[in-house]
Amino acid sequence: MTHLEEPVAAKPAHHAPAIVDPVVAAREAEARQKRITSALLYLDGVHVSFDGFHAINNLSLVLAPGEMRAIIGPNGAGKTTMMDIITGKTRPDEGDVYFDGIHDLTLLDETQIATLGIGRKFQKPTVFESQTVWDNLLLALNVDHRVRGTLFWRNTREQTERIGKVLETIRLTDSRHRLAGNLSHGQKQWLEIGMLLAQDPKLLLVDEPVAGMTDVETHQTAELLKEINRDHKTVVVVEHDMTFVRELGVKVTCLHEGTVLAEGTIDQVSTNDRVVEVYLGR
Amino acid sequence: MTPHILTRSLDRSATIFLLIVAAVGVLLPLSNLALPADSMFQVPTYLLALFGKYVCYAILALSIDLIWGYCGILSLGHGAFFALGGYAMGMYLMRQIGPRGVYGNPILPDFMVFLNYSKLPWYWYGFDMFWFAAAMVLIVPGLLAFGFGWLTFRSRVSGVYLSIITQAMTYALLLAFFRNDFGFGGNNGLTDFKDILGFNVQAEGTRAALFALSCLALMLGFLICRAVVTSKLGKVLIAIRDSESRTRFLGYRVESYKLFVFTLSACMAGVAGALYVPQVGIINPGEFAPANSIEAVIWVAVGGRGTLIGAALGAVVVNYAKTVFTSGALAPYWLFMLGALFILVTLLLPKGIVGTFNAWWEPWRAKRDTANEDSAAAEDGVSKPRPAE
Ligand SMILES: Nc1ncnc2c1ncn2[C@@H]1O[C@H](COP(=O)(O)OP(=O)(O)O)[C@@H](O)[C@H]1O
Ligand SMILES: [Mg+2]
Repeated sequence: MTHLEEPVAAKPAHHAPAIVDPVVAAREAEARQKRITSALLYLDGVHVSFDGFHAINNLSLVLAPGEMRAIIGPNGAGKTTMMDIITGKTRPDEGDVYFDGIHDLTLLDETQIATLGIGRKFQKPTVFESQTVWDNLLLALNVDHRVRGTLFWRNTREQTERIGKVLETIRLTDSRHRLAGNLSHGQKQWLEIGMLLAQDPKLLLVDEPVAGMTDVETHQTAELLKEINRDHKTVVVVEHDMTFVRELGVKVTCLHEGTVLAEGTIDQVSTNDRVVEVYLGR
Repeated sequence: MTPHILTRSLDRSATIFLLIVAAVGVLLPLSNLALPADSMFQVPTYLLALFGKYVCYAILALSIDLIWGYCGILSLGHGAFFALGGYAMGMYLMRQIGPRGVYGNPILPDFMVFLNYSKLPWYWYGFDMFWFAAAMVLIVPGLLAFGFGWLTFRSRVSGVYLSIITQAMTYALLLAFFRNDFGFGGNNGLTDFKDILGFNVQAEGTRAALFALSCLALMLGFLICRAVVTSKLGKVLIAIRDSESRTRFLGYRVESYKLFVFTLSACMAGVAGALYVPQVGIINPGEFAPANSIEAVIWVAVGGRGTLIGAALGAVVVNYAKTVFTSGALAPYWLFMLGALFILVTLLLPKGIVGTFNAWWEPWRAKRDTANEDSAAAEDGVSKPRPAE
């Protein structure tokens, strides 16, 4: 993994999000003045209910720039729903969600949020199965994503090199011409992480990255995420696998019934009485 | 690095397809015009007109495959764009009749005189000029598709719901065009055409030229579709087809892509309709019938969705079968047979004729290619799009 010591790619400036909505622009101008928070990601008092079922209750979470955070919690705790809120898939009923202190994510849609620099890996690996590994990475690359730009897109040496580097990182160089649908489960997980790298976002949301992986793959994934984090990226990792979380060695937040139950080092959290109760039942 | 757009679009099968269409477009009219009528190689005029119809259907099928096969938009109302293009052309042809109509009115088409119109409705202005009508052939279907897509794609209507709305759209147009006071000839539509650009539409030379032009339009439409689907935009379309929300999370504005390809497709369908009308000599509201649009989708399914060539082939094959069966004793059963064909293809050849052929041929080709080709040559990042599952 030594090649990760150098940056994954020469980073072009992230193209400015095209926010034209005057309401949004006004809110952002206001927010910029106040600069609500220096946190990269700031959730406060967030509520979400689905047909009366409260999936997220008064959830608050603050991530400093460059931080990596592990989120644990039993099934149905609301971890994926939290990611849905951050990426614009689900609108909270109540509460603040700010990115970089100025962008109110509750006002933006998925495309705008992705363009701001928030990338996401899904719980169920979702790669474009009928396209090659190479094309999956090409689609993720953070170049012009507008219709005209893609219609007249030309490959450049720089883009080829960036994709080449990502391929090395995720160890899929030899499989680059294979269809993504023909990869093994673990390889798909890695391809999706590779797509995140190609996207080159400021904030990475990674939902259960080691589900279905072998021990060796799990270990490699932990190393990979740590490398990414060392590259000054802010990372949120949701995972059940405690050995994996321990290996990451970062601050842990435990969610339960849509709210934060405990926060701290893995040792503090895993010995917390309420966490034990939730995980093991009484 | 990136290959030129032409080399990218023209793989082996695309080149063969274009050559065949070009050969048909040249040889059939030539044989019709140059050979004596008793020669066994002479293509009679009625057959040329029939094949001309098939070629127009093939263009319509291409336009459907572009959105359905590559972007997952199942339009069950594409016949509407085809018919609108046809009406635009029909309006030009009506105005070319001039004083030669039954009532001899130099401005008003016969049906308007018959319905006591005192003057030409404003929306008929300009259709005496060919360039204007030709522009409308693209603009009217394009605008309707843009407006329709703007409303539906932005509110994220997709799947079955979208298909149902497209059916409703073509049905609404059917009802509107049936009305006499709508100003397009009502039930009877537009017919009794005399000439086009000064040439008699019935003349053999004109028919031959129209056939050749239709083949040219098919080739052009095919090239445009190929250029689109082999570009990076084509990969985005396939990504949208396979996982729309994933594509959004990568930062693509999905509705803009759908709008682009849907509008382009509607313009193509309009051109198909415009070439169809002078060859069949009539356009009436029946072309808006929802069943027509569904039939066109069946052509694409039979030929092979997401293959372009399959769409064109499917249109020709199914329509040829239709001609054969509807002119014989089996005529009353055609619709049942079409339904059975659709079910059989869905069950036995889910990838259609061309898709099945490709799946069968792929291993051989892959073996040959890896043997012949330096694998680094594929490093350009542009690989072939795959047909739909
Ligand atoms: N779209 C939805 N509609 C209804 N209920 C939902 C929806 N999404 C999530 N939920 C419910 O919210 C709860 C939290 O789900 P989720 O965030 O997926 O949990 P986790 O990822 O922590 O396992 C679950 O009980 C789930 O059934
Ligand atoms: Mg989950």
